[in-house]
Amino acid sequence: MLIAVGSLAVMGATLGTLLGVASRYLHVEDDPLELELLGLLPGANCAQCGFVGCGQAAAALAKGEAGVTLCPPGGKAVAEKLAKKLGVKADLDDQEDVGPQYAVVEEDLCIGCTRCIRECTADAIFGAPKQMHTILKDNCHGCAKCFKVCPTEAIKMCKVPVTLSEWHWAKPEDVADVHAH
Amino acid sequence: MTGFNDKSGPFTHAPTSVSKTMVTVLLALLPATAFDLWLFGWPALFMFLITVGSCVLLEAGCLIMSNKPLKPSIVDGSVVLTGWLLAMSLPPWAPWWIGLLGAVFAVVLAKHLFGGLGQNVFNPAMVGRVALLVSFPLQMTAWVKPAPLFAEKSPGFLDALGITFGHAGGNFDAIGAASALGYVKTELSRGVPVTESMAHFGSSFSLGDMLIGMHPGSFGETSALLILAGGLLLLARKIISWHIPVSVMGTLFVLGSVFHLADPARFTDGLFHLTSGATFLGAFFIATDYVTSPVSKKGQLVYGFGVGLLTWIIRSFAGYPEGMAFAVLLMNALTPIIDHHIRPRVFGRTYKGEPLPLKGEK
Amino acid sequence: MKLFSVRGGVHPEYRKERTSESAIVAMPLPATLYLPLQQHIGAPAEPVVEAGELVKKGQLLARAGGAVSAPVHAPTSGRIASIADMTAPHPSGLPQPTIILEPDGKDEWAELPPGLFDPFKADPQAIRSRVAEAGIVGMGGATFPSAVKLNLGTEKKLEILLLNGAECEPYLTCDDRVMRERAEEMLDGARIMAYALGAPKVVVAIEENKPQALEVVKQAASTLPNLEVVSVPAQYPMGSERHLVQAITGEETPARKLTADLGIVVHNVATACAVHHAVRYGKPLLARVVTVSGGAIAKPQNVEVPLGTLVSDLVEFCGGLAVPPKRVVNGGPMMGQPLPSLAVPVVKGTSGILALTADEANEQPSEPCIRCGTCVTICPCGLVPVEMSAFIRKENLDAAARLGVRDCVSCGSCSYICPAHIPLVHYFNYAKGRLNALDREARKTDHIRQLVEGHNVRLEKQAAAKAAAAAAAAQANAEKGGEA
Repeated sequence: MLIAVGSLAVMGATLGTLLGVASRYLHVEDDPLELELLGLLPGANCAQCGFVGCGQAAAALAKGEAGVTLCPPGGKAVAEKLAKKLGVKADLDDQEDVGPQYAVVEEDLCIGCTRCIRECTADAIFGAPKQMHTILKDNCHGCAKCFKVCPTEAIKMCKVPVTLSEWHWAKPEDVADVHAH
Repeated sequence: MTGFNDKSGPFTHAPTSVSKTMVTVLLALLPATAFDLWLFGWPALFMFLITVGSCVLLEAGCLIMSNKPLKPSIVDGSVVLTGWLLAMSLPPWAPWWIGLLGAVFAVVLAKHLFGGLGQNVFNPAMVGRVALLVSFPLQMTAWVKPAPLFAEKSPGFLDALGITFGHAGGNFDAIGAASALGYVKTELSRGVPVTESMAHFGSSFSLGDMLIGMHPGSFGETSALLILAGGLLLLARKIISWHIPVSVMGTLFVLGSVFHLADPARFTDGLFHLTSGATFLGAFFIATDYVTSPVSKKGQLVYGFGVGLLTWIIRSFAGYPEGMAFAVLLMNALTPIIDHHIRPRVFGRTYKGEPLPLKGEK
Repeated sequence: MKLFSVRGGVHPEYRKERTSESAIVAMPLPATLYLPLQQHIGAPAEPVVEAGELVKKGQLLARAGGAVSAPVHAPTSGRIASIADMTAPHPSGLPQPTIILEPDGKDEWAELPPGLFDPFKADPQAIRSRVAEAGIVGMGGATFPSAVKLNLGTEKKLEILLLNGAECEPYLTCDDRVMRERAEEMLDGARIMAYALGAPKVVVAIEENKPQALEVVKQAASTLPNLEVVSVPAQYPMGSERHLVQAITGEETPARKLTADLGIVVHNVATACAVHHAVRYGKPLLARVVTVSGGAIAKPQNVEVPLGTLVSDLVEFCGGLAVPPKRVVNGGPMMGQPLPSLAVPVVKGTSGILALTADEANEQPSEPCIRCGTCVTICPCGLVPVEMSAFIRKENLDAAARLGVRDCVSCGSCSYICPAHIPLVHYFNYAKGRLNALDREARKTDHIRQLVEGHNVRLEKQAAAKAAAAAAAAQANAEKGGEA
């Protein structure tokens, strides 16, 4: 009896000590989480989240100071990815999934003030003072900063259409998904 | 057309379904079960009905509690099969609470606590049996000599009710008997060589009798021939493939024969291994359970080999006379690893997953 | 010829007898033709005609839009009503630019380029040009521009041109009838293609469930050199080009490589017929044989349909719908795509139009997986559908990709055989599409990031230049002040 108690006690003590030693000397430094989160964000530093750049937003996310729905241009897709990386459950149902958008200049209304050109973080707008402004669709990532500064509301945000070649099948809805009930 | 692209196809399907599969398995078990119900009389029938009935009721209860639909699990025959196989591995005259507890262990513990149909790691029927064996060794090894229905020695309907629902333990001594494996092991521990004990039981354990099965044991241990016939039906209907049965029986037979040749007094021979215990039932019906066995053919061979090996080891060296249930459970634990490491080779790639080299390329 | 076994596969009921025993029927021109600019893999064609223009039969309506593309021609003479967006014959239901042609009923030919008198003495480049100009694409359904495929002869050493007469899908019999009725044209086209590719041998592979086609083609081939006709087992998906090549040669095409890397190029039998007409007579691709079948069609048959005919017109021609169909499918039931409605055109890749009843489609609600492993046994690509679909259900697409979901050819065998009616191949189609979409998004994000970095660098440079200019000005001022 004593032998049994003694041997288990010794084993417990030994293993506990080993664990303590490991937690000290095998400790993993430097949470790479922030860098990974930064990789998930669009990286355009458009500041719509309220932080100066995506780097600051990633730092705040890593610390848990910001919600995963902070990035409007990223939309639902980015929010889902952030939630997954952080291991949090995000209530994304009421987040309007606008989908990717791009900006278009309505030429009738443009007065050539160049305010949008100065705002554009990706240099996607071409034009000169008193000249027509054009937005390069492929370089626009929908941060909507130009949309907000245009004095004549000549810029509108359009949904990026799904083309035939980009369309893909939706996830099958398991009609009898017993786990969903 | 609304909803035209809710499904991507194919827009045709083979006439297969889960319930068809389950019903075919039940059909394959029917001859052996009917024979055994006749062989062991009314108490066996009650035990059987209680076991299967408890399984179905408990399944319904679990589904309702977890807010899952009752169909298809209740009606497709999957839980009936679990109960049926459990009943076949219990002593035929087991009291009612053995069947009920077995159902609890099988359906609630082994199946629903793991996630329900298709999610269990361990074979529910075997978990039920093993849990009962470990908890109630006396009742679970109380084998009786066959007392066929309507024969002289068979208890009548009311007597049978008394046996099933009566005082736990019952009064078995008068007609109690040992199963073949149990007898051999007990004798061996008394120093009687295997050859003698096998011969001593003479008519009960000749090959013919073993196959036909008029000897003590659970449903699965008697009527080996009928179970074999059921197993062959499963093979013919392509419900199972040959890989698991052949590897289980082959391993058992080879090990048995080799070691019997080496030491005839200590080890029973290959044929005895095949025809005693629940070998056929285990090889064709239990080890081949879809959910708990590997999905690839090579993996199934490894799994079957493991089941055969472990069964032989337990039968020859361990404390329990019958090892199939434990062997199956142990190999169930290894199924995920087997599935992870043994995968088919992808078309156009090597086993490592790299594209095949072109001729003239390294 | 020695055949090799192909792993896995299923054996669905043929259901071909409704249409296989009657000859191909030519359909009269409908009132309007709708010709999408993209009926092929690659860049869409670019229109060279305008609304209101009068065109003749065989006239070029849209030229190829790039290196991998194909032109579109007028199936008959008439007037271009407009070039507008119209619902594509595609499961997305999305619109695509389409040329709308109103036939004038005269069916007058335009001037065609002259046919090559002796193709076997001509420069292979000339043959490739003819095929390109005729707008021929893979007519088994893949619609890859055939002229581009014929270029493979210049890049690789080729041994065999394999003509794919397998037609393993249930219901479809268009290739079967083409082989029975147009065997000589088909073999001639095949030999021309083999010559253009530099392949010394032609092999025609026909599934054994088509004994009449085998006999007719063997007969026609008996007088031609270097041509062998082979009967292959009726196993779905024998028509998959990688598996057909394995059946004929025993070799597996390595992942991410072409069958041409093994020295074999595969073409459909109808494509070969089209090549014959293009090279010998200068005729472009204007029509194709379509199998119209399924329990909901009143008179199932094989029809030679002018490209651009609406499916509704085609179905009318076949007696209309006897009952409301559960699905209308473009192609075969295994890999065919559901159509958004009957108001879509027949295009170059439309091998079949099936109006399936609910009984035929046999769609049942899916049940939990019981891990029976049948899907693993029959997968012709050696994948593990049970595991991949479980990962995809939990949105773990990376794990599915590691298991090889990108190697899936979407043949549908696994979904077909699953006793629990789990939509396995639908999961894989979703996963493949989503993985591609994520790749595109990642590329776009990288692109934007580069632009933003460039923007920041530019601003920094400006600021630095300003600062330097200010410092220089201050310096100059200080010196001036010092001097004064």
